[in-house]
Amino acid sequence: MFLLTLVVTMLLTAVIGVLVERVAYRPLRDAPRASAAITGLMVGIFLETANLALLGASRKTFPTLLEDTVYRLGGVILTNVKVMIVGLALLLMWALHLLVQKTKLGMAMRAMSVDYAILPLMGVPVNTVIVLTFALGSALAGAAGVLFSMAYPVLEPYMGLLIGWKAFVAAILGGRGSIPGAVLGGFILGFIEIFVAALFVSTLRDLIAYSVVLLILTYRPYGLFGEPYSARLRL
Amino acid sequence: MRKSGWVVGLVLLSAIGVAGVPLTVAQVITIGHVAPLTGDIPKVGEEGKFALEMWVEDVNQAGGLLVGGKRYRVRVIHEDNESKAESAAAATTKLITEDKVLAIIGAYASKQAIPAGVVANRLQTPMISPWSTNPRTTKDRPWVFRAAFLDDFQGRVLAKFIKDEFQVRKVAVLYDVASDYPKGLAEFFRQGAAEVGLEVVAFESFTTKDRDFSAQLTKIKNSGAELLFTPQYYDEVPLIVKQAHQLGWTKPIVGSDSWGSPELMKLCGDDCVGSFFSTHWAVAGAKGAAKAFIERFQKRYGYVPGDVAALAWDSAHLLQQAILDCGQLTGNLAQDRKCVRDALASIKTYQGITGAMRFNEEGDPIKCAVIVRINAQHEFEFYKSACP
Repeated sequence: MFLLTLVVTMLLTAVIGVLVERVAYRPLRDAPRASAAITGLMVGIFLETANLALLGASRKTFPTLLEDTVYRLGGVILTNVKVMIVGLALLLMWALHLLVQKTKLGMAMRAMSVDYAILPLMGVPVNTVIVLTFALGSALAGAAGVLFSMAYPVLEPYMGLLIGWKAFVAAILGGRGSIPGAVLGGFILGFIEIFVAALFVSTLRDLIAYSVVLLILTYRPYGLFGEPYSARLRL
Repeated sequence: MRKSGWVVGLVLLSAIGVAGVPLTVAQVITIGHVAPLTGDIPKVGEEGKFALEMWVEDVNQAGGLLVGGKRYRVRVIHEDNESKAESAAAATTKLITEDKVLAIIGAYASKQAIPAGVVANRLQTPMISPWSTNPRTTKDRPWVFRAAFLDDFQGRVLAKFIKDEFQVRKVAVLYDVASDYPKGLAEFFRQGAAEVGLEVVAFESFTTKDRDFSAQLTKIKNSGAELLFTPQYYDEVPLIVKQAHQLGWTKPIVGSDSWGSPELMKLCGDDCVGSFFSTHWAVAGAKGAAKAFIERFQKRYGYVPGDVAALAWDSAHLLQQAILDCGQLTGNLAQDRKCVRDALASIKTYQGITGAMRFNEEGDPIKCAVIVRINAQHEFEFYKSACP
């Protein structure tokens, strides 16, 4: 049941991702970068409010896909759902890392992030690669949504907003383009948030967490694993 | 391009049409309703809206309100405040200055009712908040009234109830520090606890939109507390209660009137069974007018109304009483608003479906709180009445 939900959700969000690319991003491919970024924000608002209009503003509950089992190891309390979420997330990230680093498609994706104008000259089918990238990203977002809802089973139209920001911060912290970096960035952010709430008061949580992020970025402006590749390009 | 001329013409025509209507149609009293129809607590806005629709239907089917020998139909304009403080102020301003309402019903959560109250008081329009329980909503604002009891009263009543009922000495509090209602109530509870000799061993906070409370709940569990009090809204309570149970918390959990939404049990299920909360009324065990209201509401909208609907209903009837007491409407809006305000302030007793009440000089009602227990059938069952 759980695997079926996960797979179907990933397929559906992949389809939405491809549609969004076709409608909102492809027409803007030659527009300035800022236009694409703004479009991204607008698409986000459009999807959230469409959700609000179609499903209503009431909270929905997420059905229990896996019965909770609580493990106690000394003073540490774990649930099977939480353990599975961390495990599955790491597995997906590892698969993504392999795909990006070891396959032809991954190589095309990486090449595209460096300079997509020159790519067709090398015989790379740019449109296909972009569509697949969107499908992949959206499918992973769908997986994240299912996992998050299993742990926190109250659903609302804007639940993705804060998580999206945090994911973005984690990715920048880890270094743009580096998947192990994003994983590490996410864990660092999560650790700081929980430990500030546990040791001090939760009001200081975001203040301290993002101060640490700023501090790290001051000393490593390209993130933990990022490289200043844009400088290398301007020959 | 040529089409735009047509459109402008049509818009102009319809504008003339709309402007012409009030000259010909019978007298209408317009009431504004500021409610969270979207945002964090949409069910609250929806229930309030439904209760007011029932009231409007009653009044208009009876031929309208008879004031000073003239019959007036009533009309309610519903404005969404999106559960935001700034939108509540904007919606209230719009209703008063543009829609020229006689009085306002709303806003609901204190976070929106406090700023809405600022606007209503400044623009000298009577406002009744059905559901806000923070003292600041009405404090030093002669134009602002409410139908619900106050947080300081609720905090004290709860502390006393907990001491007497559970025979505990150490309690923990978990609340949202970024929202007026939970923060206010958590602090009043702490004062009330000190008065009756309860020790608050953990006073933990989080911020709106948080979904994970494991750090705070772990601290609470290790603090030696014998009971958890959490004055949160119905979308946070299920997560708090479930996570507490996962961490091995088996002691009682007590809440406040913000728990009292029919949505709570849909989201929380069996985890919330056996918990207590204080509220304005209980559905299971209702009699008389309250019972009739519940049955009618359920038949019409398909679910059992929560305290919000009952309080909105009482607010509308308090307003109706005040308009009737006023005796005459002059058509001069400023004068009529003043007349309604004075009539509201001098209501002797009003027998509402949430209990008998009258207003004190702050515009707050003097009434009793109801303690509710969530039973195994997922109903909110009357447990005890707690009077000051």
